[in-house]
Amino acid sequence: MKKSIVSILLSFVGIFLVLGLWAAISANVAPDLPSPLRTWEESRLYIMEPWQKRGEMDQGIGLMTAYSLLRVAKGFALALLIGTPLGFLLGSSPLFFRMFDPTIQILRPISPLAWLPLGLILFRQSEPAALFTIALCSMWPTVVNTMQGVRAIPQDYHNVAKVLRLSPWRKFTKIMLPATLPYMFSGYRLSLGIAWLVIVAAEMLTGTPGVGGFLWQEYNSLIYSHILLCILTIGIVGFILNRLMGFAETRLRAA
Amino acid sequence: MNADRPLEISSLSKSFGPVTVVKDFNIRVAPGEFVALLGHSGCGKSTVLSIVAGLQTATLGGIVIDGAEVTEPGLERAFCFQSPCLLPWLTAFDNVLLSASQAHPKLSSAAQKELATKYLSLVGVAEYAAELPAALSQGTQQRVAIARALAQEPRFLLLDEPFGMLDSLTRFELQDLVLDLWEKDRKTVIMVTHDIDEALYLCDRIILMTDGPEATVGLDLRVSLPRPRHRQQATSHPEYQRLRDRIIAFLESHSKQFATEQEAA
Repeated sequence: MKKSIVSILLSFVGIFLVLGLWAAISANVAPDLPSPLRTWEESRLYIMEPWQKRGEMDQGIGLMTAYSLLRVAKGFALALLIGTPLGFLLGSSPLFFRMFDPTIQILRPISPLAWLPLGLILFRQSEPAALFTIALCSMWPTVVNTMQGVRAIPQDYHNVAKVLRLSPWRKFTKIMLPATLPYMFSGYRLSLGIAWLVIVAAEMLTGTPGVGGFLWQEYNSLIYSHILLCILTIGIVGFILNRLMGFAETRLRAA
Repeated sequence: MNADRPLEISSLSKSFGPVTVVKDFNIRVAPGEFVALLGHSGCGKSTVLSIVAGLQTATLGGIVIDGAEVTEPGLERAFCFQSPCLLPWLTAFDNVLLSASQAHPKLSSAAQKELATKYLSLVGVAEYAAELPAALSQGTQQRVAIARALAQEPRFLLLDEPFGMLDSLTRFELQDLVLDLWEKDRKTVIMVTHDIDEALYLCDRIILMTDGPEATVGLDLRVSLPRPRHRQQATSHPEYQRLRDRIIAFLESHSKQFATEQEAA
């Protein structure tokens, strides 16, 4: 109990030190960088009235975050829908693995900034292009973790399935899926983290309303304090998402 | 209709790459017989059993049941692994139910559940039905595993060192359990073990295997101790001592260590 209070206090000390550094830099080194206080004053309206819609790209931070989250949710869902079965295939078929592993290793490190123009060419609209990019960039941890989970299934369980003559479907639901679930969820957590990273890039390039789109627009409008507002929002939302997935993951492992 | 025909292991050989682990292994197991495969660890006895189970394929020869060769697992042959191998995400009951429902797909789900309950009670673990395996002791888990095998209502029970990982008291309890169960319906049992006393106490017949590679039947011993058996009566029986001495003599003369010692001398 005491320890947790101390660590909460320490984390606040850390935050204040970073705010201090930020204030010092903006006062002494970079005059264009708004100070923490100025950032707060100029962002106040967006934070205090988070659900206010004043114009297409001039909305409360709550609404902007909601747009981004919805987009991430769609792209993430797409990534899971493609990535999970792909992971199962790669994990259970050595032939499939040897056939596609090199391709996956090549596709994996490609930046969202590279995929997005391709998405725009394919779909001719910014929204599906953004989802395409999020799904394509964020699915790899799901693919790789699911694959590793399938491979980690002990031979004993495969033997049980053989001795009991389980049909492929029954083997999948009774053995493969429950054995792989913890690995899948680790993959999902990492994938969600990447999806949230990609959303900013996708919105910046497509100019759609959302945290990333708002950030880019305010940069072009020279309202620098709002850039910092967006950066902080992105960080905090990412932190919360990771915590939620981590929580789900530990619940799953305990079960 | 064919239930009185023996299970045949016929000219069985198994090679892994250039190494022939088991060579020309022949036995016939009569219906209702309780047979042990006994030998040094690594001699290939588990390999023979897993070929009988259909988990591995023979390189030459094979397994004949009812006059037909079998190369795949079948529900008429139940297998108990060395470790319980229960599925950790299923309760004890669901583990047994899975096997009951596989073996009796035409029964209603209520009747399948009844079977699962019946076999859990039969092995004495009905009270743990709702527990996950992780919450159970090794001995209790192995009982559940036996219930899972029995719920298949198999003709053949294949036991691969099923008590090897248990402490000796629990091992005695489970040996008595298996003996009781066998007395009830006299299934055909093939058990792999390296425990001489276990083999003598439980079995009608002990197949001693020579050391691998190229392991085969070394000695085929009949255990004619009276049944039903009780541990103390069995162990103090003169026949028990006689067989025990013979088995030890065989194992020693086939031990590689022994052979090299002889050469050195």
